[in-house]
Amino acid sequence: MALINESFFSAEGLEKRLAGKKFWKTMMTEYWIPKDINFLWALGVVLAVTFSILIISGIFLMMYYKPDTALAFDSVNYTIMQEVAFGWLFRHMHGVAASVIFLVIYIHMFTGIYYGSYKKGREMIWISGMLLFVTFSAGGFSGYMLPWGQMSYWAAAVITNLFAGGSLEAWGLVEWIRGGFAVNDATLTRFFMLHVFLLPLVIIMVIVFHFYTLRIPHVNNQISDDIDYDAEAEKYLAGNKKESKVIPFWPVFLSKDFAVVSVFLIFYFYLVFFNYNFAMDPVNFDPANDMVTPAHIYPEWYFLWSYETLRGPFFDMLGMKAGDIGLIIFGLAQVIFLVFPFLDKDPDVLPAHKRPMFFIWFWIMIVDLLVLSVYGKLPPTGANAWVGFYATAVFLLLWIVLPIVTKMDAKKRGAL
Amino acid sequence: MSNTNRRDFLGMSFAAVAAVGGAASLVGMKQAWDPLPSVLAAGFTTVDLAKINLVPGQPQTFKWRGKPIFILEKTADMEAYDGDLVVGDKRYTVAIGLCTHLGCIPAWKTDVWKCACHGGEFDATGKHTFGPPPKPLVTPPFSINGTVLTLGEEGSESKAMMAARA
Amino acid sequence: MRELKIFAVVAFFTGVLYWGVEPFAHTQLHPHKPAPDYTFSDTDDVRNGKIGDVASGKSLIVDQFQCQSCHTLTVDGAQIGASMDMGVVTPDLTSAGLIYDERYLAAFIANPAKAAQVEHKFVDGAAHPMTSFDLAYDGTFGDDDAQAVADIVAFLKSIAPSSLTNKEVFADACQRCHGIKYGDFYGGTMAAKGDVSTYMGTTPPDLSQYIRSRSKGFLHEFINEPGKHLHGTAMPRVGLTESAENQVVSYMEEVGDSSKPQREALAPNFLGYLVIFALFAWLWKAKIWREVH
Repeated sequence: MALINESFFSAEGLEKRLAGKKFWKTMMTEYWIPKDINFLWALGVVLAVTFSILIISGIFLMMYYKPDTALAFDSVNYTIMQEVAFGWLFRHMHGVAASVIFLVIYIHMFTGIYYGSYKKGREMIWISGMLLFVTFSAGGFSGYMLPWGQMSYWAAAVITNLFAGGSLEAWGLVEWIRGGFAVNDATLTRFFMLHVFLLPLVIIMVIVFHFYTLRIPHVNNQISDDIDYDAEAEKYLAGNKKESKVIPFWPVFLSKDFAVVSVFLIFYFYLVFFNYNFAMDPVNFDPANDMVTPAHIYPEWYFLWSYETLRGPFFDMLGMKAGDIGLIIFGLAQVIFLVFPFLDKDPDVLPAHKRPMFFIWFWIMIVDLLVLSVYGKLPPTGANAWVGFYATAVFLLLWIVLPIVTKMDAKKRGAL
Repeated sequence: MSNTNRRDFLGMSFAAVAAVGGAASLVGMKQAWDPLPSVLAAGFTTVDLAKINLVPGQPQTFKWRGKPIFILEKTADMEAYDGDLVVGDKRYTVAIGLCTHLGCIPAWKTDVWKCACHGGEFDATGKHTFGPPPKPLVTPPFSINGTVLTLGEEGSESKAMMAARA
Repeated sequence: MRELKIFAVVAFFTGVLYWGVEPFAHTQLHPHKPAPDYTFSDTDDVRNGKIGDVASGKSLIVDQFQCQSCHTLTVDGAQIGASMDMGVVTPDLTSAGLIYDERYLAAFIANPAKAAQVEHKFVDGAAHPMTSFDLAYDGTFGDDDAQAVADIVAFLKSIAPSSLTNKEVFADACQRCHGIKYGDFYGGTMAAKGDVSTYMGTTPPDLSQYIRSRSKGFLHEFINEPGKHLHGTAMPRVGLTESAENQVVSYMEEVGDSSKPQREALAPNFLGYLVIFALFAWLWKAKIWREVH
């Protein structure tokens, strides 16, 4: 029977109509998380908070930003930064959050890799997470174009050029993306549409999916223990909180999240007020000039490692042009992490310190990505070019040996 | 039995009709992304070589379709090349001023175009002589009438220059 | 304890990444240049020890050479002369004695292109619009020339105001070539005073955001000696004293980063609040987790 007799204006009536208490139990007080976790487990909520900061600061920026090549630069650097009350704060918050969110994404990603939180039922979480990385990357790229400074214009020119496909010379595709022969006003407005509407919409939908895919396999824990959630939940609900291996999302898990977020906010706002040049590159405070290329063009720091794989191969090899090899590796670098769960041949879920060869693989990967990032910023001349070449080669090699390394660990343990 | 088959067939036909409508919408949306006719039409620039006061050995830059165009009157000691534009007794290099590596604009330094982005170099004829650029500077389509160059219009001279560089 | 170790590892790698991509990369991309020299010691002091006489200087300027035929200046409280557009508009000389270094001024009067480090622009017969100083028109720079230049500099110092606002220094020293439109965004009065693109070979950039796009160190090094950073540039060495140059940079900051005072005032309060917030967050977390550990 579908009719509810209790009054709309009563507590029982509202509860019957909305099932609020049931919802609260399912989503919060009886959503079980392992107890054996560390602060890295709070990074998901840190990301949600940072994304919210981007949305809210973005909303205020949109009130005054003008997506027109003649007006954009001044609408940001005069109107918003100097006329609008707290405009400078919203702009600094937005720019610094856009940069810091990638630091947290990378740490969150590598936490997942370290603890094996991408396999044995958690593949969808991993894949949806990597899709978030791709959509956030697109968001960062499109957002950077908007202030229409020198870096905005030239990064847009160089990256849209890549779609010509090197030797394929698909210039028609490049012109279609740009809406013109060169990066122009049509390019700015369509990337504004992407940045402000389409990408946030897609990101929010993928975040919801990411949370959904987490529920059935449950959150992982520090020792990758396979927990009997029903049994442990019963212990907790019976009052045996100390012996139970699980905690409820609310209030226990979230209380730690809030504490970690509060420390993160101190770090974040320190950057907003005092150290923001890493996120708001000075070169971008020169208005865009299509006739003058800046002395040094480089992407934001979070794209440096893959940018370096583009430049890494600097001489022709194996019958292919250097530029084409770089483009292929660059393309691969954007998506290779997606297939991580399928390259790991170890059937057990274990933290990396319990997988000796994988542990070494992990730290070599971290160091290699750091080297690629730093050299992605430097001019690729002389010795720098060779470091970039070898670092790119190591990157490729690591992916090739991943199945071998993981199989070896599993065999030694007797799992294969 | 016949009822089920008819429902299936109708269902599939309906799906097909919906798919055709969806595909047609996507084609229309693709066309909305196309460069506007006004942008495509503004594709011609004229330069009168006699009137721009070129100093031999010092290239000037013009704009065509949003791209820089280098025009250099070659000096006596600059190598004569099949890909040169010859007007009277003067030889010119006409090239799109975008480095063929990743598209930065190289700067003229005494006798070469040097790209600040990754150190690529192009000589006075536009040939790539150092660094990552894989190809010489690209020749834009142009036609020449006396000393008047019209960029955007393919003429026999630019065709010949492009062939010489291939 | 283990959490602290994990945090230390994360902080370490983040620190290495930040160092490599920011301070380290910066030293590679922007090699160190020598500090600005406000004594202009690489410029000869053409006065050669001569002490300038104000009255003689006045007579040289107003009566003999009649500098007012190309320049405006304030003499005895009244403005005399007319400015001329010679590709670039000639400057008013009233403040020159205050904002330009006197050794530089003397060298500039003696040989403008050399002191301003723009000799490379005037080749193949082209000449600086202001001729080199030559008292006796005899082609040499002798003792009498040195005395005359010292006198002129002394006079210019005597007519100069005792102080100027930051904006006034910018207007006198920079605005003939550089606009700074954010200085008067809606009124438009801070555009460049003339179009020098032909004279310079390019349009000098608007300086509205240069305080954000260049570091203070760079600005001081560059203004003091443009050729140090941009070899072969068309921008002349301007010869500002250190305090006048500080005023120019201060003006650029007033115009280009006007929210800085508010930002610096808000920061300690904002961060202080966040520390209190964090304190409460951790206390609440500790209370809740005490029941489950």
